[in-house]
Amino acid sequence: MLTVAPPAKVVAKRRAPAQARLEVALAPGYHVNSNTPSEEYLIPLRLTWGPGPLEAAQVTYPQPHMEKYSFSPKPISVFTGKFDLVSRFQVAANAPPGPGVMTGKLRYQACNDKACFPPKTVEVRLPYQIE
Amino acid sequence: MRIFTSRSGAALCAGLLVAALAAACNSSKPVKAAGLKDDRKPAPDFALKDSDGKTVRLSDYRGKVVMVNFWATWCGPCKIEIPWFMDFQRKNRDKGFAIIGISMDDDGWDAVKPFVNELGINYRIVLGNDSVTQAYGGVEALPTTFLIDREGKIAAVHVGLAAKSDFEDGIDQLLADHSGGSGRPGVPALLIRPR
Repeated sequence: MLTVAPPAKVVAKRRAPAQARLEVALAPGYHVNSNTPSEEYLIPLRLTWGPGPLEAAQVTYPQPHMEKYSFSPKPISVFTGKFDLVSRFQVAANAPPGPGVMTGKLRYQACNDKACFPPKTVEVRLPYQIE
Repeated sequence: MRIFTSRSGAALCAGLLVAALAAACNSSKPVKAAGLKDDRKPAPDFALKDSDGKTVRLSDYRGKVVMVNFWATWCGPCKIEIPWFMDFQRKNRDKGFAIIGISMDDDGWDAVKPFVNELGINYRIVLGNDSVTQAYGGVEALPTTFLIDREGKIAAVHVGLAAKSDFEDGIDQLLADHSGGSGRPGVPALLIRPR
């Protein structure tokens, strides 16, 4: 129900910032909780990056929608359809030049209007080239 | 003969093993229900711990109508159903009815206990695991609720949020059925799932 398109290779220089865009798509009728769920019990969508020469500085999430579902007395904060997650990195000063792959984890919990599905964590691989 | 139906236009499947049903019912088109009580399959037994560490076995409930509800604290639709279930428990516990809520929270009692206390859940809650979900056909969507007859056989399955009246109808029919496996038409095994 959720897919992540393979991200484009990031080409970066030492000591410079870099940016990567992850394209996420949800099947019609499904939603995931946003990174800032409106209810305490809901599990947020979260993208995290492992260690590497690209040091994750910030992940920018899209503006969530407030949607009302049959199971929610009031609208809840969700992502639906296609959306992008933008990661900003700082390249380490001592980063070895050449290619590599950063590994990240996208955790989410999806539902439709009638049912919810267990939280999942998918691995994201970001190829890069340090010049 | 009455059958359980979903008033939200959910898919309707019946007969066979629950696992096969769950795999087969991917469309919203109704699938013919098995009509005879004898077609029901035995509900797999389980032994799971409650918050006091006591082992709860489904087989201990033989002779009762049992509702087995797979749920989680992070599941919005489950939160809608729980107050209904508390109501069913209040109304029917003296009639040979019981509910077992199987939590699928990864965080275990740390997440479940406060939730149970906050809602004042009045029926048995246990922690689930992969073995029990596999035994029940690989429960993927929550809530998923099985209605089990007095003989320990699965009479109905609700996948996803169902109407309160669907549960009530099913419970009433099963409680009224004291035929003891005569083979006459009874409540069919059904699978009701959203979308």
